Amino acid sequence: MAQGAFAESGADLELVGITKRFPGFTAIEDLHLTIPAGSFFALLGPSGCGKTTTLRLVAGLEEPTSGRILIGGKDVTATKSFQRPVNTVFQSYALFPHMTILENVAFGLKRRKIADATAKAHEALRLVELDHVASRKPQQLSGGQQQRVALARAVVNRPALLLLDEPLGALDLKLRRQMQIELKDIQSDVGLTFLHVTHDQEEAMTMADTVAVMNKGRIEQMGAPQELYELPRTAFVANFLGQSNLFTGTVRSSSGASIIVDVAGRAIEVPRERAQRHAGEVTIGVRPEKLMLHTVEPTVPSGTNVNGPGRVVDVSFSGVSTSYQVAVPGLGTMVVFAQNMVFGPVVNTGAEVWMTWTVDHGFGLADDPADGSRFPADADTQSIATERRDELAAELEEA
Amino acid sequence: MAFGAFSSTATAGPPPVDAAPRKRSYIALLLLLPGVLYLGLFFLAPLLSLIITSFQAPVDFGDIGQYQTAFKWENYTTVVGMYGEHIIRSFFYALLATIFALLFSYPLAYFIGVKLRRFPLVQALGLTLVIAPFFISFLLRTLAWKQILSDEGVVVSALKAVALLGPDAHITGEPVAVVFGLTYNFIPFMTLPIYTSLQSLDLRYVEAGGDLYASPARTFFSVTLPLSAPGVISGALLTFIPAAGDYVNASSSFLGGRDTQMIGNVIETNFLVLQNYPAAAALSIILMAAILIIVGVYVRRSGTDELL
Repeated sequence: MAQGAFAESGADLELVGITKRFPGFTAIEDLHLTIPAGSFFALLGPSGCGKTTTLRLVAGLEEPTSGRILIGGKDVTATKSFQRPVNTVFQSYALFPHMTILENVAFGLKRRKIADATAKAHEALRLVELDHVASRKPQQLSGGQQQRVALARAVVNRPALLLLDEPLGALDLKLRRQMQIELKDIQSDVGLTFLHVTHDQEEAMTMADTVAVMNKGRIEQMGAPQELYELPRTAFVANFLGQSNLFTGTVRSSSGASIIVDVAGRAIEVPRERAQRHAGEVTIGVRPEKLMLHTVEPTVPSGTNVNGPGRVVDVSFSGVSTSYQVAVPGLGTMVVFAQNMVFGPVVNTGAEVWMTWTVDHGFGLADDPADGSRFPADADTQSIATERRDELAAELEEA
Repeated sequence: MAFGAFSSTATAGPPPVDAAPRKRSYIALLLLLPGVLYLGLFFLAPLLSLIITSFQAPVDFGDIGQYQTAFKWENYTTVVGMYGEHIIRSFFYALLATIFALLFSYPLAYFIGVKLRRFPLVQALGLTLVIAPFFISFLLRTLAWKQILSDEGVVVSALKAVALLGPDAHITGEPVAVVFGLTYNFIPFMTLPIYTSLQSLDLRYVEAGGDLYASPARTFFSVTLPLSAPGVISGALLTFIPAAGDYVNASSSFLGGRDTQMIGNVIETNFLVLQNYPAAAALSIILMAAILIIVGVYVRRSGTDELL
């Protein structure tokens, strides 16, 4: 690390074939990842997926079992954390309790012998609007304030690469929103490369340019947030990033611009370029907000999929939208999000409905439905209960 | 109108005094009583008696060891004149022992408290080994060292063989043996408080130090050491105070000799051999006052009044 000078700009990060094994388990398996300089990159995944280990490897707090780490084209695999042009905002903040806020923020600058360390520390504290507490000790600050100090302590060093380990986890929703915007501003102002680790999909999507969804030590899919959401490649991504209605069926025909999948006797069309597999058993899906509810059987224009009739089993109102759970015999329960264009729900529990969606909104996954353990079974308790109730209702009608 | 005035004073008046806090403080005093009685009986009364003794004067034409109450403050100037050298030596030896014990104990405590964290069983074993010497009387242990370091012992002959020690040099009876004995005997008192501090040290601070460009050595002095300062300060006090008043290690029947006498030995001689009780009492008061002043300054300087 160069002494006495800031990094000129953000640096790109390259992980080449990183594997990390701990006694008893493998945290990361053959990870390849390139983060371009100046981008805001989010690693998203559930706890235990290896995202924090990845971050610690980049920070130099862990050593990879195999593989190489390059920052700005320089191999830093063998260097210690204090030699890397990297700063971390720790999940626990890790503010030194025996130092004042100002000393904490100036710590990195002083180690690198940067001129005017105190002035620069004050400047960084002003950036997070905490200059007035500069002389206090960390334990005298609230969680949110400590959070911002931790951010200032890292950003003040102008690292080529800033690592954020779930840094907003302890904040309440409003403060988190505010910090998200501030972080984004800092990143674009300073032009640093940010690597942000989080399990909060909304946070990842609103802040990052590129999101990598990680699962079981591997990256499942990587791309712009919108791209990941609109065209998930695996069931894990489809379910972790928002909700999805997934169906498994056999491809009946795959001629033309779309493939037709036979799902429990119904033909569902999926655009060919949005499907990863074009033959055999496939899993296809559609996002809940892309579905339209109809109370009478709709006439089907071309380019539209129809599903139904099904029975509404649950209606939950959430202000902006209402979520409907619809049990469709043979398909299980489908979820529909509808904008609240009218007061109150459009349909009530027990109503018979049809659902339609534009063919263009469907997607086909790359997973092999044969190793189906990763999907919830169609015969989940709720759908069994629904079917049972439908049967009873039919019997009653006959009687 | 009258009612109005009445109600207004009633609401504006002070809130009714709750009986509970008064009762609670009464109970607190009751709980304090045994401690206060104990301190009064076994600390304040003997201290008072010691102070009175330190001003006593010999009975005219009386036997040796016969004294009467007086206000002979010259006792103090006399003992300082006679034993000033011993007083200074005591604090010098105690300081050396504290420094050596710290240099030995800190790495030991760090190893047990930090490096062995992942192996709780080994950690417990290490801690037991630190305390284990206490199972044998320290008199016996010091005597054992006297044997080991004696002129006929293996250490002296080995050092003489490699010419690190002159042909008629000794270890026992020399200052080095006394400081060694003091260091050895007080190492557990230094190790345990430091261990307690280091054992609860959050290693994420150390990681943060490394992340902020501090080399391992820099991180140690900027982060680890300040965060374990409470242990170092208590350990230093627990070593320095008893070491300054120690009279076993420096005594000629153990590791010391004629030229290594500390204030404790002088007090012992004055009290038990010379039967000069006022001199012994005056020396005791001087030792106590000196320790109080040194510790007071030390604690104030380390800015950790709340630790004690």
